[in-house]
Amino acid sequence: MATANPTLPSAGPATGSRSFLSKLREGDEIARLITFLFATSVVLITILLVYELWINSALARQKFGLHFFVTQVWDPVLDEYGALPFIFGTLMTSSIALLIAVPLGIGASIFLAELAPARISDTLQFFIDLLAAVPSVIYGLLGVFIVVPLMRTVIFPALNKPFGYLPIFKGPSYGVGFFTAGIVLAIMVIPYIISVSREVLLSVPRDQREAALALGSTRWESTWKVVVPFAKTGIMGSIFLALARALGETMAVTMVIGNTPIISASLFSPGDTIASVIANQFTEATGDLYLQSLVALGLVLFLLTFILNGLARLLIVLTTQKGSEVTNR
Amino acid sequence: MKRTAMLLTAVLAFGALMWAQNALLINGAGATFPYPIYSKWFDVYHQKNGNIQFNYQSVGSGAGIKQMTEGTVDFGATDGPMNDEQLKAFQAKRGSGILHFPTVLGAVVPTYNVQGVSGALNLTPDALAGIFLGKITKWNDPAIAGPNQGVKLPAEDIVVVHRSDGSGTTYVWTDYLSKISDEWKSKVSKNTSVNWPVGLGGKGNEGVTGLVKQTPNSIGYVELIYAVQNKIPYGSVKNSSGNFIKADLASVSAAAAGAAKDMPDDFRVSITNAPGKTAYPICSFTWLLIPEKFQDPAKRDAIKGFLKWMLTDGQGYAEPLSYAQLPKEVVEKEKKAINKIQ
Repeated sequence: MATANPTLPSAGPATGSRSFLSKLREGDEIARLITFLFATSVVLITILLVYELWINSALARQKFGLHFFVTQVWDPVLDEYGALPFIFGTLMTSSIALLIAVPLGIGASIFLAELAPARISDTLQFFIDLLAAVPSVIYGLLGVFIVVPLMRTVIFPALNKPFGYLPIFKGPSYGVGFFTAGIVLAIMVIPYIISVSREVLLSVPRDQREAALALGSTRWESTWKVVVPFAKTGIMGSIFLALARALGETMAVTMVIGNTPIISASLFSPGDTIASVIANQFTEATGDLYLQSLVALGLVLFLLTFILNGLARLLIVLTTQKGSEVTNR
Repeated sequence: MKRTAMLLTAVLAFGALMWAQNALLINGAGATFPYPIYSKWFDVYHQKNGNIQFNYQSVGSGAGIKQMTEGTVDFGATDGPMNDEQLKAFQAKRGSGILHFPTVLGAVVPTYNVQGVSGALNLTPDALAGIFLGKITKWNDPAIAGPNQGVKLPAEDIVVVHRSDGSGTTYVWTDYLSKISDEWKSKVSKNTSVNWPVGLGGKGNEGVTGLVKQTPNSIGYVELIYAVQNKIPYGSVKNSSGNFIKADLASVSAAAAGAAKDMPDDFRVSITNAPGKTAYPICSFTWLLIPEKFQDPAKRDAIKGFLKWMLTDGQGYAEPLSYAQLPKEVVEKEKKAINKIQ
């Protein structure tokens, strides 16, 4: 704005108040004020959320302190609560989901943005957007009726027979558990990764591709070595969005995870997540400490999301520098 | 402009309608288990007394007690009686006592999916406690096979299924296990949700049923009404007289009759493992929670009127909905207790 002012002939002689009034009349100032209020409201809501979580978990924080993070017991009768099995379950299911969803999602978005004819790409995109709009309870039902039986009768025996000596494939399998929840979550987050990544890839300037092709690279080389690195930050963004949804997903996970707060290396073991246990137990939590421990779990989930997001941003910064070094060379 | 005016008129008309109706609105919240009968009662009662309207939210027993204590509702409902601490908290916050009024009875039944077993299994208290403690792990264990001569039980691992959400059903189930097993009482005890020694959790009756149906050789527990309405097979349980009893309205009423003689004045009583030859051992009253003192006399009189109706004509609506009626002795005792409301 400051650099633009001298170019305006009328701006020079006008006094401060008159320029403010004239700006007001033009609506610029009003628009700025309103959008500023909207922007700050987001920050205010976040602050209010953390404040409420903090205040309403005071009892639990005083009683358990940092032990809350490492205690494995969750006993409403004895009023002893620990978050460890739920933190473990949340990280485990989200990791499985991302391990499946990231390669699938990015692969699909590359096809849709770079390789597929526009008509096919747009049609498929319509279905992907539709998938993103499906309520999570529907994915839960899909999990209960399809993934759970499949897990028990097909996937578990196939992995347990040859690799059963490995702790991660140990049985028994009830069909429900970390792996099942991870698969259902993966199906839920793939549309997010595809939609956002495709948009980002499509917005890569055309001359980048043309330059790569002109230098003699194949179509795949121009895609993989030029377009994808160019869009890296945006693709990472789509992965965070997916991660955020996976961390906080409640209904679909509750339906297929088995709701048992245990820590096990086996993918087939039942488990529990933070969001799921809060949804399960909040309405019937009677004691003050019980209730506040559930709120404390909410605070832990917030912290977890915060840390993971921070780490991911750090990753972006690091990889982008590395990427620019490569292109500089 | 025209549309706004029309909208405004509509809102005003709606408001005027509500004003004209001028019904006394009484808010309640609590147990989900008696929701079908409560909504029936409140609906019928409103038709008979147009000036009184009940609004009941089935948010769960725990939430009902919480909202009562905070004074956001006029009455509560619970599947497990309030404990002494909760009563004290209510007294401290609201400055008056709270009264429990039993309304109907329900039962909790063991449901299972065992390969090769189609009929009702006979289950002893020891077998149920052993299974849910994780001590009995095979279906052909003598504790299960003993009372089921002639049934071919597989040598498979038992998969235990329980509720993952807090619920009155879990309270009744764990209350029963605490009564018949000292080990359960000391290790797990009773509550709306407990630290389960073994098993998978399912959300709601439908979640438990779903897991049991899908998982071979599993056992879980659900409300009798849910099992009856969804035609889920369930087992007989050995009662305190040594008879194997299958839960139905008659055997639940028998348990209530057995307990009615020793009914305490505050109605906070557990009737699991009740005496009586034909009594089903895993059942419970469900209660309305009414404060002793009302600020608003109109609300007080409305609730008193409803309670009187519920204890007489209202009971007739219970059995078609698969709830067991209150025994006569209990009804008489409750009628006297209504006078305590001020």
